[in-house]
Amino acid sequence: MKNINLQVEDREYLCIIGPSGCGKTTLIKCIAGIIEPDEGEIYIGDKLVNNLPIEDREIGYVFQEIALFPHMNVYNNICYGPFVKGWSISKAENLIKEILNMMRLYDRVRDKPDALSGGARQKTAVARALISGSKLLLLDEPLGSLDAKVRRVLRYELKRLVKDLGLTAIHVTHDQEEAMSIADRIVVMRAGEIVEVGTPIELYMCPKSLFTANFVGEANFFIGDFVGEEDDYVKIDVGGKALYSKCKVNPEDGKVVAVIRPEFVVMKRTGPPREVWRGVIEGRVFLGGSVRFEVRTENDIMIAVKKPLLSEALRFEVGDHVALILPREFLLVYPYPKEGLEKAISIE
Amino acid sequence: MPLIELVNVTKRYGNVTAIKNLSLKMNDGEYICVLGPTGSGKTTLLKLIAGIVKPDSGEIYIDGRLVNDVPPQERNVAYVPQYYALFPHMSVIDNVAFGPLSRGFSREEAYKVSMQMLEMTKLAWRANSFPHELSGGMQQRLALARGLASGAKILLLDEPLGALDARLRVELRYKLRGIAKKNKLTTIHVTHDQEEAMVVADRIVVLRNGEIQQEGPPSQVYNEPKSIFVAHFVGGANFLEGFVAEVDQYGSWIQLRNGFLLRVNDVNRVVGERIVVMVREEKVEVIKGARRREEINLFPGAVSEVSFLGDFVSYSITLDNGDKVSSRMPSVFGLKRFGIGERVYVRLKPENLRVYPYPPQGLYKELEVI
Repeated sequence: MKNINLQVEDREYLCIIGPSGCGKTTLIKCIAGIIEPDEGEIYIGDKLVNNLPIEDREIGYVFQEIALFPHMNVYNNICYGPFVKGWSISKAENLIKEILNMMRLYDRVRDKPDALSGGARQKTAVARALISGSKLLLLDEPLGSLDAKVRRVLRYELKRLVKDLGLTAIHVTHDQEEAMSIADRIVVMRAGEIVEVGTPIELYMCPKSLFTANFVGEANFFIGDFVGEEDDYVKIDVGGKALYSKCKVNPEDGKVVAVIRPEFVVMKRTGPPREVWRGVIEGRVFLGGSVRFEVRTENDIMIAVKKPLLSEALRFEVGDHVALILPREFLLVYPYPKEGLEKAISIE
Repeated sequence: MPLIELVNVTKRYGNVTAIKNLSLKMNDGEYICVLGPTGSGKTTLLKLIAGIVKPDSGEIYIDGRLVNDVPPQERNVAYVPQYYALFPHMSVIDNVAFGPLSRGFSREEAYKVSMQMLEMTKLAWRANSFPHELSGGMQQRLALARGLASGAKILLLDEPLGALDARLRVELRYKLRGIAKKNKLTTIHVTHDQEEAMVVADRIVVLRNGEIQQEGPPSQVYNEPKSIFVAHFVGGANFLEGFVAEVDQYGSWIQLRNGFLLRVNDVNRVVGERIVVMVREEKVEVIKGARRREEINLFPGAVSEVSFLGDFVSYSITLDNGDKVSSRMPSVFGLKRFGIGERVYVRLKPENLRVYPYPPQGLYKELEVI
């Protein structure tokens, strides 16, 4: 982890994402006090906590290596926090009930941890952190060992409870969609550094870096040349075709990368000749809520196009000739990266 | 003739029945995804075909031959377990060559084949590295290369992308299918991720408690789920509880909570029957303000939650009768379209609705997928 600066607001739900080995777990462990930073300060509230042990930091946490008390059943594991703090359990009773319900642990309260599946153990750990009475929650892949479907349901309930209880949460995940759907803000990390911080909409619609554009959601990348400015738009050339964007770039060497998300590409049978890329559909995959096409254009570029189920575009089949429009309001342009495009967006 | 056939196969571990009287046929060159929640029997199914566990009853055929008593190494299958089981002390190429060598290939031949497989999985440049020096994605590709080098025509993959970052998983699933198809392999790919199954499979088999709930092409399983469980597990679905109020020759009227009346195209219902209506999230239309109040299946409500998912925006709407529905719309035109608390109408077209009998143990229990 290199020279990280980050402020998390009171009652914020913050997600940290990044590829394996980017330092996201180290970051959250530093905040928890499990790992000591070599340099720099960590404040919780206005208190410097660098030398404060984990038990004095007033945090509830869930880490990947889950530590439940093996000799206690689920109920006692969950109530441990309030119990240690000397609350009466009856005071916390309604909350405990709600959380057991939400985590679908009601039938398992008398079971000891070793009788539970990995998923149920993880849910117990999350429940325990929520009820711990701490204002700050640190969650490292709290839903990581659950089935995809269960994860998709529980993430919303987790966020709702955090908000209802007025907690601040820092949630590390490898699942971009999870972060996107629940975070107030997302921190994108790579190789020990913060690439950028923003709301889900900012990161998705206007990522500041090529890496984020690729890591958060799917994107098409084209290498091109800067041509000039026309009215309020930047004009570039990709494979002999003109494209326009609102992004203000003017790179020294004139090389640029254009980016567009598959669902923002307009696909039709015909279109105005100047604005259009002609191509042939080479692939068509049903994704559930949408269909993903792969179109090879006349200038031999592969473009992914996604269309929702209710759309007209569903009538297109493999082999069809189509016209693609890359709308200027959705086209992003970046200076060509020094290290090369592939390196700049590489996840591994 | 199907390449793999299971006939009335049952497998028990102690008093737990992992696979219940299951029959399934797989065709040559087909890419099948077995989809189901934890504990549904997916891995056991793979192990039965691989020959690592034996059925308690029933028959398993590969290429027309009964293989119940044939050991794994003689079944012409490559089994790639969930956690790869790479040899840590062997280099990448030695890991791959292990299979061919142990089947009696000459050293030269074994390494030639192995190098080809590494090239295909884009790992040739790391041939002399050790597994622990590789990233998760590379280890996954190495496990795949090793499976391919065995020369087997049947590839059995247990959560092959499970240990990877979500973004990498999306990238690799296309490659996985490409490699399997290019080599004309018959592939059975176990996953709990419905989106992954949808993208890679020719056919999806949905498993629950050791039994097949439904099988078919992805679009069929998604668009025509046979049960509440399948509808819920495969894709985003809304469920509304109600009673059948009237049945005529074109459809039925459903009485939802607090007097809301819903028209469905299902004619095979009985008046008074307790039912559940399902509608996919992307088939829920949300309309601003009040208009055409006389139109059927148009219900007033208010936006209670907005969630941005990237290519989609999800709106939660609490209808005035207390029911909640989620609507997913493309971000292109759905972003910031409605605010929290805004009054809207929800339109549920009859052709997008499916009706199921109310589950005996209750809807809540039926939706609990673990």
